Amino acid sequence: MQVPGGWFMTAHVLLIEDEPNIAEAIRFILMRDGLKVSTHAGGADAIEVVRTSQPDLLILDLMLPGMSGFDILSALRADPQTEDLPVLMLSAKGQVRDRAAAKKAGVDAFMSKPFSNAEMLASVRALVPR
Amino acid sequence: MPFDLLVLSCLCYVILLFLVAFLVERRAVGEALPWLRSPLVYTLSLSIYCTAWTFYGAVGYAARSGLEYLTIYLGPTLVFVGWWWVLRKLVRIGRQQRVTSIADLISSRYGKSNLLGVLVTLLCVVAATPYIALQLQSVTLSFSVFASGPHEGWQMPDRDSTAIWVAGGLALFTILFGTRKLDANEQHTGIVTAIAVEGIVKLVALVAVGSYVVWGVADGPADVIARIDRSAIADWELAPSRWAGLTFLSAAAVVCLPRMFQVLVVETGDERHLATASWAFPLYMFLMSLFVVPIAVVGLELLPEGANPDLFVLTVPLDRGQGGLAMLAFLGGFSSATAMVIVAAVALATMVSNHIVMPLWLSLRPTPAVSGDVRRLVLLARRISIAGVLGLGYGYYRFSGGSGALAAIGLISFVGVAQILPAMLGGIFWRGATRTGALWGLGLGFGGWVYTLFLPSFGPDAIFSARLLAEGPFGIGWLRPQALFGVEGMDPLIHSMFWSLILNGTVFCGASLVTFPGPLERLQGAAFVNVFETGNRGPQGWAQGKAESEELLVMAQRILGEEPALALFQSEARAQGKEGYLPDPVPGFVERLERRLAGSVGAATAHAMLAQLAGRAAVSVEDLMAVANETAQIMEYSARLEAQQEELTRTARQLREANEKLTQLSVQKDAFLSQISHELRTPMTSIRAFSEILMEGDLPPEMAARHARIIHDEAIRLTRLLDDLLDLSVLENGSVQLNLGLANLQQMIDRALRSAAHTRPERGFTIHRDPTAENIFLFTDGDRLAQVFINLISNARKYCDADYPELRISVRQKGGRVTVDFIDNGSGISKESQELIFEKFARLSDQTRAGGAGLGLAICREVMANLGGTITYLPGQGGAAFRVTLPLRLQRAA
Repeated sequence: MQVPGGWFMTAHVLLIEDEPNIAEAIRFILMRDGLKVSTHAGGADAIEVVRTSQPDLLILDLMLPGMSGFDILSALRADPQTEDLPVLMLSAKGQVRDRAAAKKAGVDAFMSKPFSNAEMLASVRALVPR
Repeated sequence: MPFDLLVLSCLCYVILLFLVAFLVERRAVGEALPWLRSPLVYTLSLSIYCTAWTFYGAVGYAARSGLEYLTIYLGPTLVFVGWWWVLRKLVRIGRQQRVTSIADLISSRYGKSNLLGVLVTLLCVVAATPYIALQLQSVTLSFSVFASGPHEGWQMPDRDSTAIWVAGGLALFTILFGTRKLDANEQHTGIVTAIAVEGIVKLVALVAVGSYVVWGVADGPADVIARIDRSAIADWELAPSRWAGLTFLSAAAVVCLPRMFQVLVVETGDERHLATASWAFPLYMFLMSLFVVPIAVVGLELLPEGANPDLFVLTVPLDRGQGGLAMLAFLGGFSSATAMVIVAAVALATMVSNHIVMPLWLSLRPTPAVSGDVRRLVLLARRISIAGVLGLGYGYYRFSGGSGALAAIGLISFVGVAQILPAMLGGIFWRGATRTGALWGLGLGFGGWVYTLFLPSFGPDAIFSARLLAEGPFGIGWLRPQALFGVEGMDPLIHSMFWSLILNGTVFCGASLVTFPGPLERLQGAAFVNVFETGNRGPQGWAQGKAESEELLVMAQRILGEEPALALFQSEARAQGKEGYLPDPVPGFVERLERRLAGSVGAATAHAMLAQLAGRAAVSVEDLMAVANETAQIMEYSARLEAQQEELTRTARQLREANEKLTQLSVQKDAFLSQISHELRTPMTSIRAFSEILMEGDLPPEMAARHARIIHDEAIRLTRLLDDLLDLSVLENGSVQLNLGLANLQQMIDRALRSAAHTRPERGFTIHRDPTAENIFLFTDGDRLAQVFINLISNARKYCDADYPELRISVRQKGGRVTVDFIDNGSGISKESQELIFEKFARLSDQTRAGGAGLGLAICREVMANLGGTITYLPGQGGAAFRVTLPLRLQRAA
């Protein structure tokens, strides 16, 4: 397995996704690419998890039990510790309105489900700080 | 005879009459007294035609003018024998138009012209004044005859004070009886009966005196005839013009005199009485006149020269020392006088109050009055009018000096009231008669009578100077009151009658021909002239009360509307224990009806209308119907407007609701699409991601197999979702094909439990059932119902969070419906969520995804709706509890 550059080695991705199969797929793709991936399924405690795990990139599902992705994002942007955290948002609703709302809420990238694995990798690579 | 005894007798007699009238009215209120309405009482009440003038004056008349007095009876006899033509029509019109007086009749006929009413009222009052004076005079004279005997006890006061006492007493009696209450109908049963009694008294008295004269003084009829032959009466020669004129005059008077009209038309209940009266009343008059000539002849023989022949009826028995007979005669004369005065006063008072006082009062007080006020006012007006009429009579008596023969005074009145005849006959026989014609005819006739007869009757220099009488006003010879247009040598009475009636009739016809009747006149004219053709209100229709109820119903329908009125009347009739829609118009019912009507047209109007219909009043029924029609039209119109307004409001509300619903639907549709998208994309995401991973290859086989299994599971999940969606869509559209048949509930639950066991098979579930209660056969779609049960049991298996989960299934049958409860022992569903669970995609927890997309309960709800049942959440059962209710037998739609 080819090992990418050192700066990439330590990058830590936090995935907040309630659908277990999807979480597993993303985790597999990113880990195969050499990223450190941790997952979380709940919405209500998501912010706390972000604060404690201090990821380099957050992949956030829009529809989460307990708290929506938008609410989590607003909370993160309001917190100086996490205001610059790159966020990739996923949505299964796939509506144009959601994309616009996500942009407004301050996401760095937005992806509709289903996505291609290559797309996912490209987005993550673009967002992981070098 | 002592004067005080005389006064005492009079008082006793009056008290007797009072008692008769009182008792009759008391009983008439309580129960029906058929004989009070009999033709006999009717005929006897007509005897007020025979006043003191007839009682005393006829003898005097015969003594002075021979058989001419017979004309006074001849005229009415002709009228009554020919009752079929005039009287019957008058009575019918009076009944149908609810006529209250002769003034009312004329006013009503000519388009309810109050001017005519006033004119006729004035004419009647003026004409009645001499007549009332006549009665006062006769009573006073009779008193003086008695008092001229040896004086004991009281001294006879002078004649003027006697007259004033008599007038006062009569006024009191009339007020007491004529205006005790404002009867809805202007009938006075008590007074009529008292008058019938008086009719008997005067007949008995006159016949007794006559018999005494024939058999007591003379030696029987033969002797009397011989005496007549010897007397001056035998030399009397018939003056054809006077004979015909007087016959005509008395014929006119019998229908035109206000008091006669009162008993003839107003007080009568039944025109069939006329048939009896047509022979009985002439017979009565025949008996009254039978002994007139014998008394006159014997009186002339017996009594000294210069004795007043008007008093022979009294003086002959007195002269022969027959005190008792004289007393009877006195009472007969007293009866004649009082009866006439009472009825005349009542009739005139009705006219004055209805045509003069009320219109004046109403025009002076335009604000709508409370009905009670008006009634009190009417009663007061009548009382004052009665006093006024008697006061006028007394005034005339004083003014004319109390002199003059009785008959002459009576004839003056006759000519006066005869002026009404053209307008009356024209009104009931000629549709072309107009108000203008009636006004001018009456006015000129009235004027002519006053000028040529009434004013000159006071004597020269009383009102008209002797010079005016002799030379005419301002010396214009052809305007001499008693020789108009230079026609001299005529009897003053005939002269006056001739000219006033010629003038009256000619102008009436002429003006009627050149003018056109107004709409109301036309209507009334037709109603009067064609009274017998206007249908079913014939004599039999007047079977007391029933027709009134029907009229009330007709009016109520026009005001309340058909259905409510019919319902009201029917319930009233049922309350009275009657079938149909016509209750007896008892006071209670009329009162309730009035209140009901008042709700529609206002209290005052309703009261007036009912007073008119329940009784008789100045305005005709047709008029009321017109008013009612108008009211109904206006109300219908406003009701229509209101209905339109309501409809608009309703439509607006519906539109608003529809709009809200559409907006809501649009939002729901967006949410639903969004949900569907989510539910479809989620499994797709996994499938795509893992299939791409698999496509890249170089995976360990066990990992590849794992990924393939995920793809497979998600594909199944997708399929199930699509199945559910299609199912729901079919159920919601109502296009679901139900497979109905008999199914055993127990077997269905068994099946459902087996199917649901696949859900979380790792969990042990305790099921509580009652096999006996479950053993019910249902006619329904068994597969669909089982689908609901499976869903509920699966949900319990999925979501029941108890450590040792239990599910209780209880079945109950109640009426034609079955309830099946599914109750688990978990923590249940929170109150706010209970409302959401049956909505699509309303998944409450996300802990597991083993099941569908959150469409389960929504589908259950739709299935139950299709099976004619319901599914509801049962709160307060200690866990999640669902109740399924459905009919034992599902009726196939259509």
